[in-house]
Amino acid sequence: MTDVLELDRVSYWYPDAQRPALDEVSLTIGAGELVVLAGLSGSGKSTLLRTASGLVPHFHGGKLAGTVSVAGMDTRTRTPAQLAAAVGTLFQDPETQVVMNGVRAELAFPLENRGDSAPAVARGVEEAALALGIAHLLERPTSHLSGGELQRVALAAALAGRPSLIVLDEPTSQLDPVAGDELISLLRRINEDSEASVVICEHRLERCLSIADRVIAMDEGRIVCDAPPREFLAWACEALPALATPGARLLQGLGLSPAPGVKAARAALRADGYELSDAEADRRGPEVPPSRPARSRDAALRLDRVWHEIARGPTILRSASLSIGARERVALMGRNGAGKSTLLRHAAGLMQPTRGRIHSAGRVALLLQNPTDYLVHETVAEETSPAALASVGLAAFGDRHPRDLSGGEKQRLALAIVLDDADSPPVIVCLDEPTRGMDRTHKHELARLLREIDAAVLVATHDPEFVAEFADRVVLLADGAPIADGPAAEVLSGGTYFATETARILGGAGGALTPEQGIGLLQRAEVPA
Amino acid sequence: MNYTRRASPLHAARAGAGCAYCVALACAALLLSSPVALGAVVVAIVGAGIAAGLGREMRRAAPLAVTLAIVIALINALVTRDGLTVIVRLGRLPVLGHTDVTLEATVYGLILGLRAVALIMCGALYTAAVDPDEVLKLFRRVSFRSALTATLATRMVPVLVRDARRLTDAQRCRPGRPPSRLALMRAATAGVLDRALDVAAALEVRGYGRPGRPPRVHRPWSRHDIAFAASAVAVLVLSVGARVFDLAQFSAYPSLHAPVGVGTVAIAVGLVVCALLPFADRRGVQR
Repeated sequence: MTDVLELDRVSYWYPDAQRPALDEVSLTIGAGELVVLAGLSGSGKSTLLRTASGLVPHFHGGKLAGTVSVAGMDTRTRTPAQLAAAVGTLFQDPETQVVMNGVRAELAFPLENRGDSAPAVARGVEEAALALGIAHLLERPTSHLSGGELQRVALAAALAGRPSLIVLDEPTSQLDPVAGDELISLLRRINEDSEASVVICEHRLERCLSIADRVIAMDEGRIVCDAPPREFLAWACEALPALATPGARLLQGLGLSPAPGVKAARAALRADGYELSDAEADRRGPEVPPSRPARSRDAALRLDRVWHEIARGPTILRSASLSIGARERVALMGRNGAGKSTLLRHAAGLMQPTRGRIHSAGRVALLLQNPTDYLVHETVAEETSPAALASVGLAAFGDRHPRDLSGGEKQRLALAIVLDDADSPPVIVCLDEPTRGMDRTHKHELARLLREIDAAVLVATHDPEFVAEFADRVVLLADGAPIADGPAAEVLSGGTYFATETARILGGAGGALTPEQGIGLLQRAEVPA
Repeated sequence: MNYTRRASPLHAARAGAGCAYCVALACAALLLSSPVALGAVVVAIVGAGIAAGLGREMRRAAPLAVTLAIVIALINALVTRDGLTVIVRLGRLPVLGHTDVTLEATVYGLILGLRAVALIMCGALYTAAVDPDEVLKLFRRVSFRSALTATLATRMVPVLVRDARRLTDAQRCRPGRPPSRLALMRAATAGVLDRALDVAAALEVRGYGRPGRPPRVHRPWSRHDIAFAASAVAVLVLSVGARVFDLAQFSAYPSLHAPVGVGTVAIAVGLVVCALLPFADRRGVQR
């Protein structure tokens, strides 16, 4: 097998950094390999990907030691633009990596930069569009595309030049579960069809381990595990449990070897004599109709038949009714464009309904998707009161610049800012996609923090594992109105996309959502043969 | 206002032809001063917008254009001391001093306003009807750095508009006293730099900085390419001809002189016909 990426004792320091972001990293990736890069935030995954695309050191500066070779080219002597012919790169945020106004021009852009002839460009555009299933978008302006569509277009642009290596930095973090799974499936298909090597960095490992040939785990800039998925999971369960998938933790808790993916996990359980429910009813999904709006006067927030209709545009909310009790923990789930963010903005008064009413028992605090938007001062201490900082565990960070904090710390600081008002404490705290790009450790911390808040909590999220940790109740939104509303154990235990991995492995049996609940259920109800 | 491909002859024409057409109309607005000829240019531009299916975009640009025109006319009437026919005596005004409003200055102000209307509507037509990606490609062959700057600027505008909206929303969600304007400016600037770096990195990994000019793309000239290029030439010839041979005469000072002769009417009609004729052929306008 030819190597498309080769790192030999590579160390890298960002400008002015004391510690290396990469520390003596050596690895080779062969043609056609699909590699998942795992690790906690700040472990060096993104830096490794940027090294492969040549952005390190040409774009970021800093100091690089060792050699990096991509398709036989030394990245020291070739610029990222020259390496672009061999490496296709996809970052996290689709908005800033689409550079042209039209989809066709976007796909043609890398080919034209490479100097391809007009017929070659035209052919490349058509093939990339067909491969990614975006031929119908070719004449559309990029400003009219949804996040999922934009990410596909960006991936098509990265693939249009038929690179031998594709590197992707958390490409699904901004997508809903459906769009995320579609993107992962596409990657596998492209990898199989073209023999292009794929290196993907992803926090939600359960999403992509089943298609991986190999997993490389990083910690503090070093490679700490490089093994096939099954062996990686066994290692993670012992050495770095924050990287173990829920399925792996379930199997490990039952004394079995961890296996990647739902199918393999179910097979492992069956092989060990656990009887899993195959009844059709268990796989049909939840039958929890939306609740009627509560009439009680003590609800923290109540929406009564709220509509949001855009002039000459679509209807975002359609008679949405929802009532949230004091100190209730509620998760709002649904596809991108289902109306989750709009509903939260209405609750906080950032938007006004075109019809219907919204009642709240007091102040509604809202934490929007990007916590950086709240951070406007020079030090953390200037942003909010010492008590608020202490409540989110940031008391020791007062002298730091807010933009120097990690993603999870920024999220906690922004939460402290919106909660901090001694005169008018919030009756409900709304959070819009707070776990985007967060690793499992930070999600766990956030879930704990949300459970401790002395107010109702409403979180719009795509992350069922996070929901299982903090929510008592789940509202599923589709086409601007709730279509299911019930206890988390009921709503998240059926179906595929809005279910936890544990629930999918167990076929929704017993409403078990977390590995711990699954282990308890299996140990109580089923006796291994 | 964004470019969106529509089923119209102007959208079907190549960016070079569309660009030349808009530039020719803008030149006509700058070269001609006769109210009749300038009115004809405005009619041609608005007519082209409607014929290109951009009536809504034209309507959205109109309030800005008309407001600016009124402001220009008012300022000119108040600050210009030329003209013989005094229509209002305002006496001594602060800053302006002794002010007499003359008919000539008022009419000339209205002509300047009409020119501003023509230029703004022409800008709106260009923005909504000419593919910016193709224009960038044209520029890129001429000057790499200019095209890079234009690409970054074009791409950054919608991104920054969305960022600004998000920042405003986030500050509205902040309880207590709002942060100072300086703090907000600083945060917004830091955000702009971050965003610009992200876009620049995306351009790099798409091979934008690669040395060498992109190859010339040979596209056969369609009927619409030819029609709009010919229209641009005709509009430009008529405007330059009218200017050189003084066919559309107009002078405001010291007294108004704007004869409407056969030459002026012919130029006005010729401009409208030449500008709108390419829209008559609607074959093959859908992509």
